[in-house]
Amino acid sequence: MSSELINIDESMPVNTVEEYLRMDRMPHIWCPSCGIGTTVNCFAHALEQSGLDLQKVAIVSGIGCTGRVAGYLKLDSFHTTHGRPIPFATGLKLANPELKVVVYSGDGDLTAIGGNHFIHAARRNVDMTVILINNFIYGMTGGQVAPTTPIGATATTTPHGNFEESFNLPYLAESCGAVYVARWTAYHVRHVQKAIKEALLKKGFSFVEILAPCPTLFSRRNKLGDGLDQMIYFKENSEIKNDADTKSVGLTFQGKITVGKFVDKERTTYLDAMNEFYSKKFGDKYTPYKG
Amino acid sequence: MKADPKGVLTGAHFIDGDHACAEGAIAAGCRFVAGYPITPSTEVVERIADRFPLINGMFIQMEDEIASSIAIQGAVWAGKKAMTVTSGPGFSLMMEHIGLAAMTETPCVFVDVQRAGPSTGLPTQPAQGDMMQARWGSHGDYGIIALCPNSPQECFNLTIKAFNLSEQYRVPVLVMMDECVGHMTERVIIPKAEDIEIYPRRYYEGTREDFLLFKPENDLVPAIVKAGDGYNVHVTGLTHDERGYPVMTAAAQEKLVHRLVDKIRVNADKIVEYKLDQVEGADIVVISYGITSRTAIPAIEQARKDGLKVGHMRLIVAWPFPEKYICALASQVKAFVVPEINYGQMVLEVERCVGGKARVDLVPHGGGSVHNPKDIHNVIINSVKGKN
Repeated sequence: MSSELINIDESMPVNTVEEYLRMDRMPHIWCPSCGIGTTVNCFAHALEQSGLDLQKVAIVSGIGCTGRVAGYLKLDSFHTTHGRPIPFATGLKLANPELKVVVYSGDGDLTAIGGNHFIHAARRNVDMTVILINNFIYGMTGGQVAPTTPIGATATTTPHGNFEESFNLPYLAESCGAVYVARWTAYHVRHVQKAIKEALLKKGFSFVEILAPCPTLFSRRNKLGDGLDQMIYFKENSEIKNDADTKSVGLTFQGKITVGKFVDKERTTYLDAMNEFYSKKFGDKYTPYKG
Repeated sequence: MKADPKGVLTGAHFIDGDHACAEGAIAAGCRFVAGYPITPSTEVVERIADRFPLINGMFIQMEDEIASSIAIQGAVWAGKKAMTVTSGPGFSLMMEHIGLAAMTETPCVFVDVQRAGPSTGLPTQPAQGDMMQARWGSHGDYGIIALCPNSPQECFNLTIKAFNLSEQYRVPVLVMMDECVGHMTERVIIPKAEDIEIYPRRYYEGTREDFLLFKPENDLVPAIVKAGDGYNVHVTGLTHDERGYPVMTAAAQEKLVHRLVDKIRVNADKIVEYKLDQVEGADIVVISYGITSRTAIPAIEQARKDGLKVGHMRLIVAWPFPEKYICALASQVKAFVVPEINYGQMVLEVERCVGGKARVDLVPHGGGSVHNPKDIHNVIINSVKGKN
């Protein structure tokens, strides 16, 4: 039912991100005006601008709507289990440090079921880029409450409204040791692109949170209109504050959103720490580990 | 292919099963281990952590067993041979990733040094209660291979075998040790590297145009590639086609899962391994595995002294189960006696294969110690009399 519905005009210019995508898997599963596809477009542009050798870039996703990202990118791509893309990525990176490893997954996947792995990979400063799409809800399973759902929002498992405090993810990432922390929304496509590029080129555990509309299960259920209305909300309520204290950037239901690059610092990565430590310990007997 | 001499400590050693298992992994070429401390398996990773820095290995103590059991799979797709090690509670946590390894055909090794359960149970004491979990613990249908060493020497040998089988069939292979075997210290002979046979990873050698990530060869096993080789692989735990792309249909499920099960079922004759002692002409055959194969020996010897014709069949490969052999044996003997440190797991397989053609008597043990040989002897005696 897919391709015959799309009338392709051969004279149209080809989208330059197509070469980064598995076009043989289109159309994708995301709902109209979902923000995930927008971020993938930004990611592809960021890859293009990064100058990275694409044969050495691997992408790892967990489970959920954002978990499907790995499957649409024409890279070595791994669609793992729910919550576990970070430990898979840790194995991939430490086994072959030449690889640039990207984790691309959702808020529920990375900070609920996968929260333990998130904090430990940041603590170890494993060299990877984590892109987290925060749509405030579990989309794939039908709109259940997440650790990111703001107080007052409604989800199918909080039908009377959510009363649980949500995570402030930039603060969590920074306190655990991430060397690069940024937050943008799906409205800020240029900033998202730039942030992803910077994160990809940053050595260490880099983290980009991108707020994205979930029109089907978050906006509709909370009577916030459709995806476009959510984009207007992002546009009108976001305030760019680079270097903001991450303690102050927590989110509230339809409240102000602080966006920007909050952290960009240097810290020895897991592998460098290991090699430096063992080189001192064992002297010439030790050959630095390179995979 | 022969083992890389760099990691092989050729010579005679006096070490326990856990340490021997670590040496077996190193000899097999394992250079990535992720683990989480748990008694009685911890000595395996302690030795790995000690040995790896000087042989270009990567050991990482992860935040939990869930992380360990998937970090190794990332490492495999980056080109390493990889292993994780645990015991009951950790083994339970790893179940989802045994399924992932089966579904994505990721060759890797899981070592379970069994202790008494359920739950925290008796952390420092033996059991054989994870045998069915090893076979069926992850959801859905798939095939795996499980090995049961009964001595430190076999912990060494069978860990190498586990790696070889995992590479040959692209399945997770489970080394089902038990606390006794893990903590028992005996002489272990580590051969020269040139005498250790290694099954190399089945890397794809065809043309790029013909490449399909999950296209099986004649033995139903597809060749593998690794991340960074330019194949742009897609690996998913979803039901997938030969390209690796998700396909959400019953037909795709049938094609894939049938092969995952058949991969082991069809090749079972080549995989099964057991040791027989005076089974020919026996009236009673004791079927045992792991530490219980050693506690059974005095019982069998006593029964023979009593004048009974008792044979002993020791399972070295528990899964796939040697069903053809036991089916055939069932019409030649009067009874089977199955001692195991659980309340009846592998005995169910024996009963299934025997199909009522002979008596089958379990000698159960709840765990916490090994059988008293007298208890096994009693069951053998009563089995003949039809009294159990």
